[in-house]
Amino acid sequence: MSARRIESRWVRAALVTAALSFLALFLFVPLAAVFAEALRKGWGAYLASIADEEARAAIRLTLVTAGIAVPLNLVFGVAAAWCIAKFEFRGKSVLLTLIDLPFSVSPVISGLIYVLLFGAEGWFGAWLQEHDVRILFAVPGMVLATVFVTFPFVARELIPLMQAQGREEEEAALVLGASGWQTFARVTLPNIKWGLLYGVILCNARAMGEFGAVSVVSGHIRGETTTIPLHVEILYNEYNFAAAFAVASLLAMLALATLAAKSVVEWRLRAAKELA
Amino acid sequence: MSLVFFRPRARVLPGFGLALGLSLAWLALIVLIPLSAVFAKTFTLSWDGFVAAVSAPRVLASFRLSFGAALAAALVNVLFGGIVAWVLVRYRFPGKRLVDALVDLPFALPTAVAGITLTALYSANGWIGRVLEGRFGWKIAFTPAGVVLALVFIGLPFVVRTVQPVLEEAERELEEAASSLGANGWQIFARVIFPTVLPALLTGFALAFARATGEYGSVIFIAGNMPMVSEITPLFIITKLEQYDYAGATAIALVMLLASFTLLFAINLLQAWTRRRAGAG
Repeated sequence: MSARRIESRWVRAALVTAALSFLALFLFVPLAAVFAEALRKGWGAYLASIADEEARAAIRLTLVTAGIAVPLNLVFGVAAAWCIAKFEFRGKSVLLTLIDLPFSVSPVISGLIYVLLFGAEGWFGAWLQEHDVRILFAVPGMVLATVFVTFPFVARELIPLMQAQGREEEEAALVLGASGWQTFARVTLPNIKWGLLYGVILCNARAMGEFGAVSVVSGHIRGETTTIPLHVEILYNEYNFAAAFAVASLLAMLALATLAAKSVVEWRLRAAKELA
Repeated sequence: MSLVFFRPRARVLPGFGLALGLSLAWLALIVLIPLSAVFAKTFTLSWDGFVAAVSAPRVLASFRLSFGAALAAALVNVLFGGIVAWVLVRYRFPGKRLVDALVDLPFALPTAVAGITLTALYSANGWIGRVLEGRFGWKIAFTPAGVVLALVFIGLPFVVRTVQPVLEEAERELEEAASSLGANGWQIFARVIFPTVLPALLTGFALAFARATGEYGSVIFIAGNMPMVSEITPLFIITKLEQYDYAGATAIALVMLLASFTLLFAINLLQAWTRRRAGAG
């Protein structure tokens, strides 16, 4: 078992140093800087920036947007994974590529497409104006843009997992007399719960942190159509750096929580795989 | 009744129609119809109008910056992402699991937060910028170098996470065999290890490049956004929108979309190649 090292100890030390210095410069120092900048004016100012009325409105809107976008993409993700992983049909690989499409579109274009649909000059612009429905520069537009950018997350986690699990267990349940929904709830769901959770965590992190797409459709109406990232931008552009970083630190904590949850879920997934 | 039980149809899982219908409807509503608006809107321009919109000097300068900086950042990521992946797979050091988990930070950290933080760090009075500018006279923030820096941050996990599993699967017996046959470390790297990870490196490069071309949030704070110098294409699209030049904005967006789709296609081919390599090994 004692694998002979091909590279000398010096090469090894140099590689570890290069990797860690690179990561320090690009990851560790920036992460520390968020919190250092946030606390530059002390805990009092930090808490005041977060308790500020506009900050609270931004937090509320972020929760609402993610609260709508994530469940919608959860349902879609499960449906897409069910038909792609458990059935054979023509055009499957095309469907897979189309599901991934939002990942390769620039965030700004993800917002632009809804401006083209619902803006004053857009396809539905005149009709919406006539009926006094506001989508663009209002919450519905921001939800739509968020749904677009988080579209593939759940489906992408579930499809390889469900493909690997095959369909014997479901078929057995059906033969034993379970209904379709019973099979899904008692057989499929327990098998995919960790992957599902993983997808939801990633989807939620992106939904709460999305900047470019919602920036295009938000109209930046303070206290009304600003999510947390947009509020950070406003504070920063007003040279209110300590407050900007204080609010940004909430998002950094969300990111750290996401990474922690991701590590736990990955560990559970690996444990489940080793058991199988 | 009991005959139903033995009909092969009873074995087929239910819900295909419902699941596929739901998926296709949601896909059309959220992705396909809105994206098709870009094409439809661009067709309202004449061909000459389209060419004029996408070849204005300021647009061309933004393309050069967006694609050039993305290319530079992806190259940096291939080099250092490759080293990080190697170190994480092959060596043991204290805090390795924490480091491994933090590699995904650029995926999880909202881009706006990354943008303001990198700007604060690398501007003239930031922790790192102070040293670089004071000692060496290097200006990073508010120059194209700042754009590359932000894009390196954004692209980092792509290379690491595509190369890592390939290195984990790689058979180390091959390296030992090469070693016992008298190959030195450099030969083993060039003839055994590098060919194994090459498809993954290229895939990671393409993924990082594709992500970087369209990136907005992490770049706009550090770029300085000077027209012709440090203005990225996504920002210019927003500027056009703010001037109510929807057709102009859409024409530029179409060029970016076509570039993304081409990259997506290339990435699919690369991933298929990576899988074949892994399967053959």
